[in-house]
Amino acid sequence: MVEYQNIFTQVQVRGPAYAGVPLTRGPWVRSWKPRFVHLLGRIGDAQLGPVYLGWSGFASILCGLIAFEIIGLNMWASVNWDPVQFIRQLPWLALEPPAPVYGLSIPPLAEGGWWIMTGFFLTTSIMLWWLRTYRRARALGIGTHVSWAFAAAIWLYLVLGLIRPVLMGSWAEAVPFGIFPHLDWTAAFSIRYGNLFYNPFHMLSIVFLYGSTLLFAMHGATVLAISRFGGEREVEQIVDRGTAFERGALFWRWTMGFNATAESIHRWAWWFAVLCPLTGGIGILLTGTVVDNWFLWGVKHGLAPEYPHLFPVVTDPALLQGRP
Amino acid sequence: MKMTREEALRSLILRIAGVFAVVFGAGLLFTFEYPPVVSVQTGYRGVALEQNFHPARLETLAAANQVPAPQDPADPDAAPASEVYQNVQVLGDLNENEFIRVMTAMTEWVSPEQGCTYCHAEGEELSSDSLYTKVVARRMLQMTRDINVNWQPHVAQTGVTCYTCHRGKPVPSQVWFNEPGQPHARGVLGDPAGQNQPAMLAGLASLPFDPLTPFLTGGGKDAGIRVSSDTALPSGNRSSIKQTEWTYSLMIHMSESLGVNCTYCHNSRSFRDWGQSSPTRTTAWHGIQMTRGLNADYLEPLQGVFPANRLGPLGDVPKVACSTCHEGVYKPLYGVSMLKDYPELAKAGGITGVPVQPASPVAPEPGPAQTPGSAQPPSSGQPAQ
Repeated sequence: MVEYQNIFTQVQVRGPAYAGVPLTRGPWVRSWKPRFVHLLGRIGDAQLGPVYLGWSGFASILCGLIAFEIIGLNMWASVNWDPVQFIRQLPWLALEPPAPVYGLSIPPLAEGGWWIMTGFFLTTSIMLWWLRTYRRARALGIGTHVSWAFAAAIWLYLVLGLIRPVLMGSWAEAVPFGIFPHLDWTAAFSIRYGNLFYNPFHMLSIVFLYGSTLLFAMHGATVLAISRFGGEREVEQIVDRGTAFERGALFWRWTMGFNATAESIHRWAWWFAVLCPLTGGIGILLTGTVVDNWFLWGVKHGLAPEYPHLFPVVTDPALLQGRP
Repeated sequence: MKMTREEALRSLILRIAGVFAVVFGAGLLFTFEYPPVVSVQTGYRGVALEQNFHPARLETLAAANQVPAPQDPADPDAAPASEVYQNVQVLGDLNENEFIRVMTAMTEWVSPEQGCTYCHAEGEELSSDSLYTKVVARRMLQMTRDINVNWQPHVAQTGVTCYTCHRGKPVPSQVWFNEPGQPHARGVLGDPAGQNQPAMLAGLASLPFDPLTPFLTGGGKDAGIRVSSDTALPSGNRSSIKQTEWTYSLMIHMSESLGVNCTYCHNSRSFRDWGQSSPTRTTAWHGIQMTRGLNADYLEPLQGVFPANRLGPLGDVPKVACSTCHEGVYKPLYGVSMLKDYPELAKAGGITGVPVQPASPVAPEPGPAQTPGSAQPPSSGQPAQ
């Protein structure tokens, strides 16, 4: 008997290509002839396509491509169109938002105009893709949970790049498009606003981030562990005793007393994942607008304890009289 | 056994992926410092106040920071140098023997291969100022005395000598120039905004690549290094995140120059808080003031004295930063004082009022006027000082 025990799916059941349920309305049909790829079958379904593109998908990809091109061409131009340096320095390169002096006005293209244009096209692309997930879910008659989970991520994106900069009155507060530069931005953000670790919404966001990985590991491990008895086919087993599915539930009941159900574990996972960017976005939104120094805020509210000094207390030399 | 076409293709793909993984992985290995790393706790437990050292690197640094043996002491019974020699503008308060001893030491510290003629033109009177190097050396002597007398909050009694920076080379290895950045396309595309390329002065971060011009030159007096707020709630601090990145870049430069972590001076839970900082932060603060002062008072006024081949890509003079003396060590030369053997370099006399000599006709053409370059921190209102 073939078993699911490897990190890869060892079994590939291949039937005739299936186009899926009939489309009820709309001018677009599914594109591309379906084909099979063995390597894809190792990590999922071997069937590739057909894809439903639709006008929202087409427009989303187009806008995304424009944003991607603006970023990429600016990065390439920043190394004087040198292809080798473009590859070599790619992690360092970025498209930078306008300087603070421009506030919320539209700067010249070279000094942040491209960044605003990219933001417009990227945001449009993301919004259209959200619409696409919503409409595809509706067309299939399923719930819209994926769309709302995606919306949680979009919330964080909009807070960072649009809502907070607008509230602060400066595009310069937004994140650059670049690999290392956006990480430097993150560190600088925390330094400027007195240590983000004392921001309670940042704390919550970390809880849900790490909690998500923990839940995902627990859930994934449980399903894989019971798959030797066919446990991944939970729908067939969910109401019966002694099935692989019940063994998975019993494992957690025996281990920690409580067990989630086949439905509730996914609600746990969904909420943890969704709350990570939701709380994070709130934390970012409050920073600079409502709170200017999170460490001092933490001291004010009894969050940051004092520790004993192991060296002499120093005072700010800039305050001393007669300094050199 | 015969492979099908699909199997052969799959095998080829796996092999290519394997080769790529090996090459990439091997390349990546060279970017790491190998264990062990020694961690030394410097503050209260649990607050991450600690310094990390790499023993193999420490050995290299220790070997590179040996102090040369002092010259034999000078006989105190001699006539004043100002009476014996002509055109002695700075060290005239020394006697002849002390003067010669300092000159000998300077040759050993600065131009051991080139000898006396690096500054004193061959075949001319010793008093001649025809070489630009002599004019610069005189100015550097004044600077050394100024540091040892007036900047003790930074250099303490340890002090500095020519060797602290020069290390046997006519030009210290860690001088810096205004950094124009890599060439980028002109026109509307590709303005890097003073950052977003490997920053040589800031540990290869993608932070602003010239954090020294705005903060450590004479024009940098008003540049706000402090960006955090002193109040929990907003109270008018308009420092931007971009401005913070300039400060961040300067701090990385300091950290790299001294071979220490942020926590050598700061408690990372609140970088701005002096009450939780180590006393080393006070020393470093004076270091920033000193470096800015030295560039403004001694190096930048030498514009027009240095020949073009000694100037930077933007035509500016070589300047000092933290790394110029520290060279990767928390105290230059691991805190060994060479000054105690050369008290002549810590005399207060003759420091001010000695103007830079105008370059003589022998000196090459002066470089173009100093340009601040594109490196200016984006100011967004009054910095929090």
